Order: sequence, then C-alpha cells, then structure tokens
Amino acid sequence: MSDVNELHPDAAKLEGMRHTEQYDFRLPEDYFFKSEKGLSKRVIEQISYYKGEPQWMLDFRLRAFEIAEKKGRPKWGPNLDDLRFEDIYFYVRPNEKQGTVDSWDEIPEEVRRTYERLGVPEAEQRVLAGVGAQFESEMVYHKLKEEWEKLGVVFLDTDTGLKEHPELFKEYFATVVPPEDNYFAAVNSAVWSGGSFVYVPEGVHVEVPLQAYFLLNAQNIGQFERTLIIGAPGSKFHYIEGCTAPAYTSNSFHSGVIEIICQEGSDVRYSTIQNWSHNVYNLVTQRAIVEKNASMGWLDGNLGSKVTMKYPSTYLVGEGAHGEILSIAFATDGQHQDAGAKVIHAAPNTTSSVVSKSISKTGGRSSYRGLVQIHEGATGARSNVECDALLLDETARTDTFPYIEINEKTAHVGHEATVSKLDDEQIFYLMTRGLGEEEAMALIVRGFLDPVAKELPLEYAVELNRLIELEMEGSVG
Amino acid sequence: MSDKTLEIRNLHARIVDGEAILKGVDLVVPRGEVHALMGPNGSGKSTLAKVIAGDPQYEITEGDILLEGQSILEMEPDERAREGLYLAFQYPVEVPGVSIANFLRLALNARREEGDEIGVMEFYQKLQRAVKELNWDESIIERNLHEGFSGGEKKRSEILQLLVLEPRYAILDETDSGLDVDALKVVSQGVNAARGPEFGALVITHYQRLLNYIVPDKVHVMVDGRVVRTGPKELAMELDQKGYEWIREAVGA
Repeated sequence: MSDVNELHPDAAKLEGMRHTEQYDFRLPEDYFFKSEKGLSKRVIEQISYYKGEPQWMLDFRLRAFEIAEKKGRPKWGPNLDDLRFEDIYFYVRPNEKQGTVDSWDEIPEEVRRTYERLGVPEAEQRVLAGVGAQFESEMVYHKLKEEWEKLGVVFLDTDTGLKEHPELFKEYFATVVPPEDNYFAAVNSAVWSGGSFVYVPEGVHVEVPLQAYFLLNAQNIGQFERTLIIGAPGSKFHYIEGCTAPAYTSNSFHSGVIEIICQEGSDVRYSTIQNWSHNVYNLVTQRAIVEKNASMGWLDGNLGSKVTMKYPSTYLVGEGAHGEILSIAFATDGQHQDAGAKVIHAAPNTTSSVVSKSISKTGGRSSYRGLVQIHEGATGARSNVECDALLLDETARTDTFPYIEINEKTAHVGHEATVSKLDDEQIFYLMTRGLGEEEAMALIVRGFLDPVAKELPLEYAVELNRLIELEMEGSVG
Repeated sequence: MSDKTLEIRNLHARIVDGEAILKGVDLVVPRGEVHALMGPNGSGKSTLAKVIAGDPQYEITEGDILLEGQSILEMEPDERAREGLYLAFQYPVEVPGVSIANFLRLALNARREEGDEIGVMEFYQKLQRAVKELNWDESIIERNLHEGFSGGEKKRSEILQLLVLEPRYAILDETDSGLDVDALKVVSQGVNAARGPEFGALVITHYQRLLNYIVPDKVHVMVDGRVVRTGPKELAMELDQKGYEWIREAVGA
C-alpha cells in the first residue's frame, strides 16, 4: 500500500492507529469519510485501507477493477446512459464507528427515525432472529439472538465476517459470482462494502427469518453490498432483505452481489423487496449454487428504482437439487424493471419452478428476461416457467424474453406466459360492492400478486400490500 | 313519491355514443316489496339493471333515478352501493387471487366509518349464516372470487354477497338463467331470506319459473325500452301462457 497521506487528507488522523491490532481498529469519534467521485484504483485502495483489510482482499479488488475496465458495460438490456460513474461516490462511511453496533439506541437519531418509519424495531420486537441494517456503505445495526449464536449461526455484516471468520470467508467468497461473471459483478468486487455474511451450521434449522435492511441515504452514492450466505448440509433458514432509499434529484447507484451456497440437503430461502427511490440504478447479481438434494428459493420483489436489472440465478449442480424463483415487478412512470430468473440444470433429477408477475402502469415498463438451461446428462430434469404481466393502462409496456436451452432428451420444460389488461368490468363489479375505484384497482393487483405474496411472512406481505397501495395512489385520474 | 322507494322516472339511456336502449322507463319499487321485471330478449332489462348500478358504459340522456327521493345520477357506482343499492350480475366477473371472505370484509368496511371496521368474529358469524342459508360448504369463503366457479356457483355467490351486504334495494339480473331446479330453489331461498320490511327488490327474469319460488308483489313488463304494463303476480302466468307477442300486440308496440 502507498503512503497514507497520499490517500486522503484526513488519513493522517489514522496514523496513531495504524499499528494497532488489524481487526480491532476504530476511527476517531468524529470521523467521517467520503471517497472522491468516480471509480479508480486510488478509491479502491482507500476503501481497502479504511477497512483494514488483508492484502488478498485488496489484490482481489484491484484484479476485479481491471476486469471491469476490460469488460465494459453490457450491450443489452435497459438504457444506462444516465448512470455516470464520474458523478458517483463509491464509498461513504456514515458515522463514527466502524462495523456494527449492538443496540438500537446506539444508532444516530436521524438514522433511527428512518428505520422506525420502515418498521425495523417493530420487526425486532416480534422476536425476529436478528436484524442487520446497512446505512449507506456500512452496517450500523446488527443483532443476532443469543439462541442462534449458541447453535453456531453466524449473521454478521460482511466486513466483520471477513475479520472474524477469515478462513470460512476466503473459502467461499467469489466462488459463486466471480468478478469475471459480468461487468457489474466486477464493479461490485472492486468496491464492495457491507452486506450480510451468514453461515448456518450442519443440521441447524433457524425457525424465524434472518433479516437485514439496506438504506441508501446520501445523494450520488453507490452502494455495493456483498452478501455471502452458506447453508451447511441439512441446514434450513430464511434470509430476508429490505431495501429502500429516500428520493433525491440526482441518480444513485446500487449494485450488489449475493452469493449463496446450499450444501447437500439444505433448504435456503432468500427474499427481498426493494423499494429504492425512483432515481436509483439497481443492478444486482444474485446467484445460488445448489448441491445434492438441497433446495433454494428466491423471492424477488422489485417495486422501486429507476432501472433494475436483476435475474436471481440458481445452479442446480447436485442430483435431486431443487430451485424456485418467485419474482414480482411493479413499474410506473419512468421505471424500467428488467427482472427475471436463471436456472441451470446441471445434474440428474433436478427440478425448478419460476413464477414471475409484473405490473406496469402510466408509462412504466417491465420485462421478464429468463433462461432455463438443461445440460446434457441432467436426466429427468424438470422445469416450469410461468410469467404473467398485468398492464394497468394503455401507456404501460411489457416484454418477455424467455430463453430455453435443452441439451438433454429426457428433460421436461414447460413455459407459459400471459399478458392481461386491467378489466373495466372487474372494476365496475367491485365498485358496485362499495369499493372506490382506486381500492378496486389495488384489490385486483393484490389478487394478481397473491400466488407470490402468500409465500412471504405475514409482516412482509403486509408491507408489500402497503407499498402497492402507495404505488396505486393517484392511478385514477 | 314516498321516501322509501327506488324510483325510475322517464329514464332514457344508451350505450355511450350508441343507439338508445331505454326509451322512457317508469318504475317504482317500494322498500318491503319484491317486484318482477319481465320482457323479451333485447327489451332493455339488463341495461336498466346496469344503468341503475352506474355502469359507465351507458349514458343517461333523459330522466332520473331516485333512491329514497334522492337522485343518484351523479353518484359513482361505489357511492350508490354505499347508499344501499345492490346489483346481482347476470355474468359475475372473476377476480383471481381475492378470496370471498377478504373481498366481503373490504366491501362491508367500505360502508363503515374509518375506525369502525367490522369485528372479525362478527364478520365471520355473518358470513357463516349466509353460507348456511345457501346450503353451501363453509370452505367456499376461502375460494377466490368466482375463480373456477360454475355458472350456478357464481349466481349463488351473488346471493351470498346480497345476504352479507344487506342492501336496501337489490336488482337481480336474470339470476335464474342457467340454473337447474335445485340451484334455483337454493338461490330463491336466499332471496326470500332477505325479504322483509326494509328490503326492496327488482327481480329481472325471462321466465315465469323463478316466480314460483320468489313470489313477486308486482310484475312489470318491459318491451322495447319501456315498461308497458304493470300488474299483480298473475300477469306473469298470463305472459307465460300467451307469450311476449301477446303483450306486444296488446300495447301496440
């Protein structure tokens, strides 16, 4: 690493701490750090330095940066012209403390208010397994119930995960989504910060969901969380993530990478509902590797953001592995939800099911982009894909891009797609029962989403309904 | 007219920018009575039902609809419903993913002030009573609204909703069409259960058959967009024997 003083004018403040124990360093109380704008080697070195990372991670970041530079942005999908890296802060540390705090009361008032509006503490009161909250680039609140800790469950922010479980971390990190995978995965690999690190040991069932919240608060910042989830053989758990951002006038950037390893016989579910404000570019790579007789379920709700590109992927690599992907998209004025699913059947008797539901209104655009691939030798593989689109008015748009590649004769693959328009007769009918027009529309939309929503824990189903009602407000004009 | 009536006064209506269908309907249904509205196909019976409910497909060019003395022409369909009007549809729509129970609770609460929502127990008791009245299995309330329902089940659902929502005035648009005798009896039993001094109904039917089970206080006959004759229940029998040609000739239509 180069001289600290070259990195950042404030870096001198760190001088006295440089030689303290590497994983136990803290910044001065009043410390605040924001990287310079744009993505560069210098910014990456700063990030790694401030995090006090091992050398291998810095090397990894720099290699990923080179890969990103070489690859360039994807030539397909939504328009990303307004996403200008030179205007983005790639790293911001919001408060004085590094890593997590253990109690809600330690979180700054302003941050807490925002979370309270999101219902995080209430969620905790309902005896949830643990809540990790990521404010801008660092986790600020994180708690795991003692009972799970005793069972050996690890639920930490990813930076702390790297510090406290270096070997486990190194063994799995970037094995599911290597930086070579795609441009945005490479960018994330170069500048990642925060996210969740979850390890559930062999045979352990976590009965209540592990939950994390991510919040993007400063203007023009990027959030690059990196989540690594490992389900040891026979483990069973549900990880839930909520994402949100207040509205700002300029564009922000969120590009996460989520890696999940489902070892033999494990049963892992990952649910997320993102409600980013409508100027966030949300470009996320989420992928799971599913081993023998293991099961992976994705629930992916995309309501917010300006542009979303997100295709939860499941690689069924062990015999009898099962994957499920439920996807919800809601696109309104100025939004493009390019969402979908990828399932790779690479072993015999693997099964998968994809259900995608999209709703578009007032000029919004939603696309389903999906791939089902059956490798030769994946005998008896079965896959079923269903995508339904609902258009609420004449200006909304929907597209379907289903790709199916079958290289195995014994495979069964089904695909069904429907597009429907909001039906005036349905609205009239519901109104004759006393429901207002907006309420009638919202009810039809909720019914359309019901097959997916009923897979959610109750409080998330309620949140989803509330978000849909918000999106539906002003629909009648 | 008295306050406790649904009154249709010289009503003219057409499909928006289309041909006139109702050409001066006059009709009064007092609360506490059940009237039958009969007439040949295309006479405008179903149009009248939808116009009363406020279907935006139609526009009213003349006349008025008075609910207990108050014009409802400017009201949206949901306001009319909250004022106590109910339409049992001839072809009820399907609303996938919305259970009957959830839907009816929303509909009931739409009639109540915010903060005065119906209690869960009170609601389920009400719903169960109505389900029983229609000899239906209780599991029906968890099914999605008309999704995969047979024609007969849809009609039964319309009456179930009527019993739960307890309107002051109901219009039943050919609720008997497509029903076998057993289903007809069950549906009639439901309507008869709703009868009472606070309930008025206009039962639209093509056939006299239904009126054996729901005995009307009065019968109106509609031909070519007008009510051409009103009489006692025996008028229905006469129509059944002599056919609609007879009434056409009798009124010179």
